[in-house]
Parts: sequence; structure tokens; C-alpha cells
Amino acid sequence: MDVTLTIRRFNPETVDEPSWQSFEVSVQPTDRVLDALHTIKWEVDGTLTFRRSCAHGVCGSDAMRINGRNRLACKTLVKDIDPTKPITVEPIKGLPVLKDLVVDMEPFFAAYRSVMPFLVTDGHEPTRERLQSQSDRERFDDTTKCILCAACTTSCPVYWNDGQYFGPQAIVGAHRFIFDSRDAGGAERLEILNDREGVWRCRTTFNCTDACPRGIEVTKAIQEVKRALIFR
Amino acid sequence: MAEDDTTLARHAHIFDVLIVGAGGAGMRAALESGDRARTAVLTKLYPTRSHTGAAQGGMCAALANVEDDNWEWHTFDTVKGGDYLVDQDAAEVMCREAIDAVLDLEKMGLPFNRTPEGRIDQRRFGGHTRKHGEAAVRRSCFAADRTGHMILQTLYQQCLRRNIEFFDEYYVLDLLMTDGPDSQVAGVIAYDLATGEIHTFRAKSVVFATGGFGKVFRTTSNAHTLTGDGMGIVYRRGLPLEDMEFYQFHPTGLAGLGVLLSEAARGEGGILRNADGERFMERYAPTIKDLAPRDMVARAMANEVREGRGVGPDKAYVLLDLTHLPKEQIDAKLPDITEFARTYLGVEPYDEPIPVFPTAHYAMGGIPTDITGQVLRDNTTAVPGLYAAGEVACVSVHGSNRLGTNSLLDINVFGKRAGIAAAEHALTVTLPDPPEDPAGPVVAMLEGIRASEGGERVAAIRAALQETMDLNAQVYRTEGSLKQALGDIEGLRERYGRVSVQDKGRRFNTDLLEAVELGFLIDLAELLVASALARQESRGGHFREDYPHRDDVNFMRHTMAYRQVESDGSATIRLDYKPVVQTRYQPMERKC
Repeated sequence: MDVTLTIRRFNPETVDEPSWQSFEVSVQPTDRVLDALHTIKWEVDGTLTFRRSCAHGVCGSDAMRINGRNRLACKTLVKDIDPTKPITVEPIKGLPVLKDLVVDMEPFFAAYRSVMPFLVTDGHEPTRERLQSQSDRERFDDTTKCILCAACTTSCPVYWNDGQYFGPQAIVGAHRFIFDSRDAGGAERLEILNDREGVWRCRTTFNCTDACPRGIEVTKAIQEVKRALIFR
Repeated sequence: MAEDDTTLARHAHIFDVLIVGAGGAGMRAALESGDRARTAVLTKLYPTRSHTGAAQGGMCAALANVEDDNWEWHTFDTVKGGDYLVDQDAAEVMCREAIDAVLDLEKMGLPFNRTPEGRIDQRRFGGHTRKHGEAAVRRSCFAADRTGHMILQTLYQQCLRRNIEFFDEYYVLDLLMTDGPDSQVAGVIAYDLATGEIHTFRAKSVVFATGGFGKVFRTTSNAHTLTGDGMGIVYRRGLPLEDMEFYQFHPTGLAGLGVLLSEAARGEGGILRNADGERFMERYAPTIKDLAPRDMVARAMANEVREGRGVGPDKAYVLLDLTHLPKEQIDAKLPDITEFARTYLGVEPYDEPIPVFPTAHYAMGGIPTDITGQVLRDNTTAVPGLYAAGEVACVSVHGSNRLGTNSLLDINVFGKRAGIAAAEHALTVTLPDPPEDPAGPVVAMLEGIRASEGGERVAAIRAALQETMDLNAQVYRTEGSLKQALGDIEGLRERYGRVSVQDKGRRFNTDLLEAVELGFLIDLAELLVASALARQESRGGHFREDYPHRDDVNFMRHTMAYRQVESDGSATIRLDYKPVVQTRYQPMERKC
């Protein structure tokens, strides 16, 4: 079947303003949007630029805005969006565009780094493993699935409009450790999240939960962090 | 230096240790090296995009948390699984240090699944047994079916904690070495993708941890970015590559796509069936059936299909049946792979079996190293300052066929060792001088491709390469098929000389990047085929229908392939051999 992809193009080396360009490509209904992008790049226009690696939804490279919604191009099948109309593809919003669908990820990773996204422990290290009950392990399972693709953060209207808010992913990254029974850095981490530009900026629009390609209940995680702050 | 149309801007950096690649091996090395010496990690992706994150099933270590086990049994399984081409001293190191490697990760915060007592849980995996093959053993430590993801995230988190310096989206394209017969490492040349500028990194030690080259095949579990860059760079510098003919095809790739479905599916009780519904592995491996080593299962599957017992409209695949497993078990232990089946094939694994076929998965061969991770320039001599770990390296702990979970183990054990050795070396030497105009060859290559108007397209050559490799160098090989592949590759190399790109810009030029990657793929495909042609026997992942038996008299030896430059400037492959290190296990017939 033939589909039209309408792609937001921008190469700051050559032009001042982004523009839309349409490509018609032949695809199978079960093809991924990533396959269609590859067909364009490999057979039609080699200058089309996007990131990708694993091509099956685990590396987090190819988050983009497809028909107005943040998704991974490798996890979105053509048949699962309406292929009779042009499929729009744009870079994720809220991060500077470097070229076509490639954005500068540094502000996103900087936000992640700011929440101490690593296990903090105190006391003596045991010789064997730290014990953890199955239910304690289950407590933070959802937020361990994060692949740092930025689909959640760049779907958040607060993030778009507020240059300071560090966005849903950073809170997910903090949640993963706050609720890990082995971690001793919770108080410090919660203080970071209690900042004026922290977790309280969330307006509970659920865009992030809808956008997460890993099915993480992002908004719920944010609410759990808020509750932990209230009851600490 | 100012940038103009013909000259790339250039930058210079100095470190003690450079680590090339930010997957599991690279970051594990960085954690050790960063504590000891000034370290930088260069990666052509972002660290968390590396393909370690796609590993699923687990990491074996004889913790004996759920049943009796010890590392010596693990060593035996590794040696036997590798069809005795494993260097046994290296396998002993890996299996002995496996226990600490798992415990280290747990202490770094890795969220392993737990037993009811709160210990790290363990499950069965192909080829892992107790008491030297008596029965399957629960040895694999895991986090659902996303163990690799958790390892990658945990190591990245620890790198952040230690403020390891990363150069993200810096594509290393050359290794700098001092002149002379005792040449040592002097650094690397990297291409900054974002700007298109060239960076010279001088250093005392370099660790290659760039992963594999699965993209020489069409059907592969590997990421688009796995193009064998590290192996290619080292080979072009005149250093050997070991055992390149041994490539693992994972039995259960999603049919038609190659996306990996972990062996854990069979570890949890999944069964392979043919068109008759028969559990055909009972015929091929009566004792451990579906959990036989990967090479055996992959060949059995391919054989079912070619004998007409395949499933589907073209009878092109077999089925992985999980329908008898409780839904709760599937959800708890195999959530990701069942989602792959739903997303990409529209199959509900609770109710329907999943179409699967072998997929190119893992290079057993690579850059030869000793057990400290130091790279060898011949059978015995190390290159001062050069290290390699993970899939890019060949220690050799996998021999001719890697056991499932041993790759996540390999990256942790030998990544750590390489990181320590690289840092300790750096503390004992002065900074070597780089050669004159160190970036010259890289700039010439990049500008040559950028300027070329030859008209050959990267994608067309790459597709043709992958097609001949799938057809002629996969699980079944013959002299005829390999010669066909070699001829095809020669033609493709000639076409590659006329390759050109449409994107002539500096900034984020992935068109140019793919052209460079294709050059490495062609080199590595040719090495794989040439090494396979010379190995007139069948062993592990290398199966020759014209020589269907293992031949220990003539071929109990590693292949060492060198790039030989002829007097007219052309390059050919020279094959040499290296003895296998045997310590306690004598080769036996591999039965299952």
C-alpha cells in the first residue's frame, strides 16, 4: 500500500525556518513508521535525518511526534494509525531541533542527572547480595522500565512552557530509587523534587502516561512522589 | 582552526584512558578506570541506546541461591557449549568471577528478581547444567526478560554517580599507534556527529568495547548501529581478528523480523513445535530438548523448515508455544517478549504459539585478547596500551558457540578486567606522541565519500551484502555457498568504491555515517566467509554440510585473520592459526 509521510524538515546549516515535506512511500501495513522513514532515507532522500538503533522499542532513540502524539517510530505500525491520510512526523517538542527529527537531548539528560538517579546506600556492604522481599522489589518495578526516550517529558505542556521544570522523566528516574527498599538517599532526593520547579509543577494532564512507549504509569509515579513529600 | 568548505575543524584532547563504546563492557570498564585514571568514554550513540539494553534472559553465575551449583560446572558447560574451542583458562576466570560480577551489580542497585527469601532468583537457561550435563540447573540471574536493560541502566547510573566523562555521538574512526615494530597505542580519531568536526584524542590506553557486527546479515536481532566498527578499525591497522567464522544464530527470532525472543521463554517452559505440532527437539536433543545449545536448536529449526515441516503460508518458520504456561508466569517473567509478539506480529502468546526462526545474533570471534583484556598483535604478543572487551573481543570464552547469558557475564567480567588493566597501564607510561597528521587518513576517507559522485547507493550495496550472507553463510554452509558469497562480496566491494551520499553537509550527517559503516560491514563479511571457507569441519555455530563432523586433528585451533597489503597496494586476507588453551577438560563428543 502507498502512504504519505509529511515530515517536518529543518537543517539550520542551509535554511532559517523549518518546513513540511511530503513523501509517498510503498509499505506493508505491518511495517513500522521507522521502516517508512528508512525507505525515504535509503531510496529517496539521503539527507532525511533521524536517530534510531535497536528498532524494536528498547533503546529509546527514535521518539518522535507521529500524528501529533509522541511515540517510538519503531513501535508504531502503519496499520495502527490511519494510513489513508498523510502521516505527520515531527521532532519531539520542547528540546532544540538540531536537524530534521534530531533534537538536542542534553537538557533532558541534565534533568535526569539532577535527581541523583543511582542507588545511595549507607552502612557496611554485605558480602553477599542485599536482601529484598518480592513485594519490595515489585514496589518500584514500573519505573525501572524507563528507556530515557523523552517521550513523556516532551509531551508535557508544563515542560514546553516552563524552562525550569525538569519534567516527568526525571521524576520517574527519582521514583525508581525513592521506592527501592535498598536505597538510603530518599530524603535528599525528595528535597530536590520539592523544589519550586520540581514535582509540584505537574498539572496531572496524563500526557506523559499516554506517551510512554513502555506503558509506565508516569502520572501515578509523580503522584506517589508528591504523596511521599506530603507524608515524609 | 577555522572551518571552510574543504577542511574539517579539528580539536584535540588528552586523557589517560579512552573507552570506545558505552554498552555494558565499556561502562563496566569505565567504572574501574575512572576511579584510577583520567578517563573518557566515546560512543557513537547515547550510552543508554547501546544494544546491551536489548539482552533479555539473564546472566549466569553459580550463586547456588536456589539449588546446588558451583562455578566449575559452569566452566564445563561453557567449554562444552563452545564445542571445545573455548580457551579454558579464560572460561575458568569468567565463571569463577561471575559470582562477584552479579553481586557487584546487585550492590550497584540492579533490581534482580527475588526468591521468596529475598535472595537473587535464578532460572534455567540453554546449555547450563549441574554435574557436567546431568540435568538443567537454575543458574541465570535475571530481572524479568529485561536483564540487559537493567544492566545498561545500572552501569550508566553508576557512571553518572562517579562523574565519568562521556563524549556522546562521537564516532571513533581510527586508532592511533606509534611507529615501529613495538608500536603502542597513542589515541583515537573521532568524528563528532552533531558538528561533523574531527577530534584527536591522545591517550595512554584505549579500550575497545564497540560490540558486534550483526548487520552483515539481513535477519538479525542486532541494532542498526551494530556494524563492527571496532573490529574493522583494528583490522585495518594490521592487527588480527580471531575466529570470525563463528557467528551465532539465535533460535527464536520473531519470524521475518529477527527481533529477539529470549531463550528464557524456553527456560520458563516454552516448547518449539513444527507444522505437525511435534515437539521436534526431542528428536535432536533427547535429554535437554528445547534447552539444547543455540547452534543445535537453530540448525534443528532450519532443518525442520527445509524438510517441509515449517509453518505459515511459505512453511518458512516454526512455532514457539507458551500457551500451556500460566498467564501470571508469562506476565511476571516474560513481559517484554510477549509484547513484541503482540506489537509486531499481532499474536497473543497466551492463546497462540509465536512464529519464530533463527536470527543472526552474536559474534563469538573478534579482537583477540588475553585474560586481562589486552589485545594481541599475534598469537602471543600484546599491543601496549590496547584493550578490548565484550562482543568486539575474543578472549575466547565462547569458543565456537556461546551459551545463553554468558555474554552479559562476559561484558561484566572482562569489562572490569580491561578497565583495571587499561588504567594501571596508563599509570606506568608517559603519553606517547601521535603520528604526524594523525587525523589525515580519516579526513581523507570522509571527504572522499562526501565528494564522490559515483552514484552507488549505500542501501543497495548493504541490502545485497545482507542477502548473500543470509543465503550463503548462515546456519548451513558449503564450499560452494561460501565461494558464492566471497565472489558476491568482491563485487560489492568494487561497487563500494563508487559509493556516494546525497547529504553533503557537516551537521548530523547520518548518510555519510552509514556509508562509513558499510565499509566496515564489507570487511567483516569477507573475513567471516574467508575464515569459514578455510575451516573444513563443523563445530559449534559453524556448520559445513560438506564437512559435517568436528575434526580435532586438523581444526582444534583458533583462526587468526590478518590484513595483508600486497606490493601493488591491494589488501588480501592472510589466515593463520592459534592453539586452543586446554586445562582440565579433554574434548568429548557434544551430545545432548
